[in-house]
Amino acid sequence: MFTVDSISVRYDQKTTIQDFSFSVEKGEVLSIIGPNGSGKSTLLKAISGFTPYYKGTVMLEGTNIKSMKSKQIAQKMCMLSQKNQAPNDMSVKDLVSYGRFPHKRWFEKLNDEDMEIIDWALSKTYLTEYQDRPVSSLSGGESQRAWIAMALAQSPKILLLDEPTTYLDISHQHEVLELVRELNSEMDMTVLMVLHDLNQASQYSDRIVVVQSGEKAMQGTPKEVMTQEMIRSVYCMDCEIQYVQTERKPRIHLLKKVK
Amino acid sequence: MTRKMTSGTIIIITFALTIVMAIVAIGLGSVRIPIPEILQTIFGTTSEDVHNTIIFDIRMPRVLLAMIIGANIAISGALLQAVMGNPLADPGLTGVTSGAAVFVLVIMLAMPEYTNFIPIAAFIGGLLAALIVYSLAWKRNGISPITIILSGVAVNALAGGAMGYLSIMYSDRLPAAVQWMNGSLAAKGNNSLYMILPYAIVGWIASIFAIRKANIIRMGDQVASNLGEKVNRIRILLSLIAVFLAAISVATIGMIGFVGLIVPHMARFLVGSNYKYLLPMSMALGALVLLVADTGGRTLFAPMDIPAGILMAVIGGPYFLYLMRRRGF
Repeated sequence: MFTVDSISVRYDQKTTIQDFSFSVEKGEVLSIIGPNGSGKSTLLKAISGFTPYYKGTVMLEGTNIKSMKSKQIAQKMCMLSQKNQAPNDMSVKDLVSYGRFPHKRWFEKLNDEDMEIIDWALSKTYLTEYQDRPVSSLSGGESQRAWIAMALAQSPKILLLDEPTTYLDISHQHEVLELVRELNSEMDMTVLMVLHDLNQASQYSDRIVVVQSGEKAMQGTPKEVMTQEMIRSVYCMDCEIQYVQTERKPRIHLLKKVK
Repeated sequence: MTRKMTSGTIIIITFALTIVMAIVAIGLGSVRIPIPEILQTIFGTTSEDVHNTIIFDIRMPRVLLAMIIGANIAISGALLQAVMGNPLADPGLTGVTSGAAVFVLVIMLAMPEYTNFIPIAAFIGGLLAALIVYSLAWKRNGISPITIILSGVAVNALAGGAMGYLSIMYSDRLPAAVQWMNGSLAAKGNNSLYMILPYAIVGWIASIFAIRKANIIRMGDQVASNLGEKVNRIRILLSLIAVFLAAISVATIGMIGFVGLIVPHMARFLVGSNYKYLLPMSMALGALVLLVADTGGRTLFAPMDIPAGILMAVIGGPYFLYLMRRRGF
């Protein structure tokens, strides 16, 4: 579905991502984790084409992204950043309708099919009742849902999320991640996201890639990746890993900083 | 839906108001002409042509010029605000206007034989100023309001110095340029009108094509790029249109500040930030505001003719301060 092959990114003359490779299978949720400044967001931005990379290739469904038109890419891949701000007076529905832009030519108007997709995206994110309200009047969680709705209207094959829960309180974090899981399981949407919270990454991902100082430290299923050794070497924290009977995913309890 | 209706209606009302104001303005002056007579003369339903010269050679060109230039500068400001993602961007504050003015002044004072090239020179000067502002104010995450004002201050200071130097070097030729420097429409006739009109129409058509791109770029670089747009290309294109509209205005009547700042702001208040409405609204409102400023300038203190640029500065300065205060800059 999506293959990243030894890409390197330079930022202010400094190489921040070094020969990074991994691939995302169709229909899976893959999370990128790593400490602050490890380069995980930069990696996602490079993949999405926002930050240039000077080496390596990114293949989307077997085609090199660099040989694709930006509009073609936008029809297949959608990236949502940490914090987004819509103009103050923009309604939820207007925002969501922007998702249709990559599918339209310059002066083409939205047709019935587009409107159907927009309505569907609104109902999928439980925002139908809010559609005429300005995005700026929504709570943090609702507004993040509105942006996800816009991403859905873009009808991408793969959704890139950069720390989608960072600015939300815990219940809204849960809500957003449940929505992501729902989209993944119901629509088979491939999701690649950067997450901060280890337990969220463990709970919601099929596979995890660990980034440390711009290089890949580890990758695998949550069970393979979430080990005391990994957390000690990457985050310098001691922890306990616990398995709850009803879940297959490990839970991490951080204990103390490694001296 | 209701929102759409009202925005459209507000724009139509503003256009209508501007036309009414234009007719009133034609009637005002040392010789007052009643409105019915103006309409009769314009539509040629009268055989008397006592007012022909006053209307067709003096007042109408000036009224139309004020409207065209007001519209130009307002559209320019609205586009710059989209490009820079910043409500304080305007051709005056960013130095585009004064950059254009320096180049015009060079030709006016040092090379008067090349007067025909004034619009082109203004465009080049404006572009140069925009380029300096971009390179100074551009940070990785876009342009912050503070750096844009500071870069504008730097460019304006540079331009001010250059203009001061030129006025000292060519002080003998200065009187001709003084009216122009203050943004005056006095003694502007059909020649100026014919000079700017074709350029203005080109600029307006270009800005109609820019509406959709402006709407996308106001969402921010990341979102625009994610929607498959080439952000830098849009930015350059929209800036070119904005600088072009501002430059041809400077070339014609000199520096008029604040229209590009105040008008889009009022327009946004009335019809919202969607450029589908904001751009035509800025156009109509810009025409109206500069027409009122110019008509006020030439009638309130008659027989003195206060340049519209001065009037705009007197009204615009306090409004700018109010804006800064309200937005907490």
